[in-house]
Amino acid sequence: MKNAIFTIMKKEIFRFFGDKRMALTTIFLPGILIYVIYTFMGDAITNSFMPDAEYKPSLSVINMPESMNALLEAANFDIEICDEKDLDSIKQSITDSETDLCAVFPEDFDSAVAQYDPSGGTAAPNIEIYYNSSNTDGQTAYGTLTALLDSYESTMTNKFDINNTSEKYDLADEKDITGMIFSTMLPMLLLIFMFSGCMAVAPESIAGEKERGTIATLLITPVKRSHIALGKILALSVIAILSGASSTIGTVLSLPKLMGGATDGMSADAYNPGDYAWLALVIFSTVLLLVTAVSIISAFAKTIKEAQGYVSPLMILTMLVGVTGMFGGGIKHSIVYYLIPLYNSVQSMVGIFSFDIVPQYIGVTVAANLVFTGIGVFVLSKMFNSERVIFSK
Amino acid sequence: MRELLRADGLTKTFRLSKKQQMLEKTKAKIKVAADKVSFSAYEGEIFGLLGPNGAGKTTTLRMLATLIKPDSGDAFVDGSSIVNEPDKVRSKIGFLTSELKLEEFFTPNYLFDFFSELHGIPADVRDQRKKELFGIFGIDSFAEVKVSSLSTGMKQKASLAISLVHDPDIIIFDEPTNGLDVITAKVVTDFLLELKRKGKTIIVSTHIFSLVEKICDRVGIIIDGKMTACDTLEAVKDGMPLEDRFFEIYSAAVGEAV
Repeated sequence: MKNAIFTIMKKEIFRFFGDKRMALTTIFLPGILIYVIYTFMGDAITNSFMPDAEYKPSLSVINMPESMNALLEAANFDIEICDEKDLDSIKQSITDSETDLCAVFPEDFDSAVAQYDPSGGTAAPNIEIYYNSSNTDGQTAYGTLTALLDSYESTMTNKFDINNTSEKYDLADEKDITGMIFSTMLPMLLLIFMFSGCMAVAPESIAGEKERGTIATLLITPVKRSHIALGKILALSVIAILSGASSTIGTVLSLPKLMGGATDGMSADAYNPGDYAWLALVIFSTVLLLVTAVSIISAFAKTIKEAQGYVSPLMILTMLVGVTGMFGGGIKHSIVYYLIPLYNSVQSMVGIFSFDIVPQYIGVTVAANLVFTGIGVFVLSKMFNSERVIFSK
Repeated sequence: MRELLRADGLTKTFRLSKKQQMLEKTKAKIKVAADKVSFSAYEGEIFGLLGPNGAGKTTTLRMLATLIKPDSGDAFVDGSSIVNEPDKVRSKIGFLTSELKLEEFFTPNYLFDFFSELHGIPADVRDQRKKELFGIFGIDSFAEVKVSSLSTGMKQKASLAISLVHDPDIIIFDEPTNGLDVITAKVVTDFLLELKRKGKTIIVSTHIFSLVEKICDRVGIIIDGKMTACDTLEAVKDGMPLEDRFFEIYSAAVGEAV
């Protein structure tokens, strides 16, 4: 009768792949959609923070000092020299985003600066720069102008420089950057993708069969309830993994775009096949656990809709646990954490993505997940045996 | 004559919800759906369970098919207890009721193979049986059509064939001709007689008197969960038409003229 597990698996998988629409929406669409959306989001974010290079910000200057003339001209500002009495109208035009900046220098700025003694206890000459932070171009121009003035200030009192050569000072290599970004983002995303994969199939297969009255037909065969439960869980896990894999591929391909220019050189190539093998182990055991949990909840429900409602608290919990992977800086070094379902998976994945693989931890994670799955299969078989669960109307 | 099935004091109660209490116009929180139901069915005979709607026929059959467990009592199917050996019982019986649906996505052909595999039937035996059963019910013409596209009658025929994939010796049918057109109903009735000729034991529940008179050797009349009369068809009829005799028994049991 071991064969029965395989027979049921085969039927579930055939059911799924035989239905082209279902296979398309569960497996192919998530990956494609995630890729398109993340890429689009990445482009949009990059564009909105990258001002137009051609743009010449408008700058109104009051009390223009001699020393600034050449400096500001060279910096590609569209300069208008104004009188102090126009300040209010200029401010208004900055608020209205018609002008980008207004710099108000003290009168005799140059001589005031030359005479200024930092140890004298008096306030330094102050330049007032008005800008509008809700205007991207204005904000950028503000940054440019302050940097310009800062560097002018440091040329006057230059005692030493920092990193002022063409040497490469940031010694993080591709691998470290990838590890940092991937280990913050991917454990959470992967957990969510795994969960949505389970959500796409388990309620349909368990609550759906109950709703349509087909589960009873299965239950009057001499097949053991545990075999029915196991056959379904294994088949659903395979499908959930495929669905999760599609989302993951979409994410990994679009993540560099999503993170914008900050991650030049970030690539999934940084991981070797061994890392992926560990990851596969963690993912497979996690999906088994999730499918089992969602199946049990679905078995309580009378309809697919009801099942989806019952499962949502678990989904929120899963997301919360996933988010813990984004903080905490590195993995936990106590075996107890790896006994807690879901949290153990997140910790293991953080370890894998940050090149900090501790085989014992992953081993405990996988073992714990399998034990919980085993308990779940037992519970589900008992539920299949319960007339109250199967025939609740 | 070998006794193939014996029900021994099968009792089943259900808790009624507030809504169900209103529908049933009762204040009782518990409904006794089957009250110490006992009967025997013999090899090569058709046993008819006759009773009005809600009398407990389906509950009794569901207990025999091991879909629900009795609160007390037991039944033995070819010697196996429905309480202690449900897996064995399930391999010995074929059960058909309108509640057991076929998955709409699949074809009768696929489902026949699927259920054969679950019963552990070798492929050659399966193909032989499929040919025979599909031939009898004319399923060949729609064997590759998804169940969702089949008519009620076609679905019923497919369910019937699939419930017999393992060639069980005991066959339990809940309202076998319900919802069928006259022609399909006749095919089914004839098939039941054919099964009987092959020496199978058949238990049918129905409220159709003519069906009982036509095919049953023995009949049990269930009223309000109790087996009120149970004997050979001739003995139960006591020289009257079955319908008249039934209402006589019914009036005596319920205590009002019908």
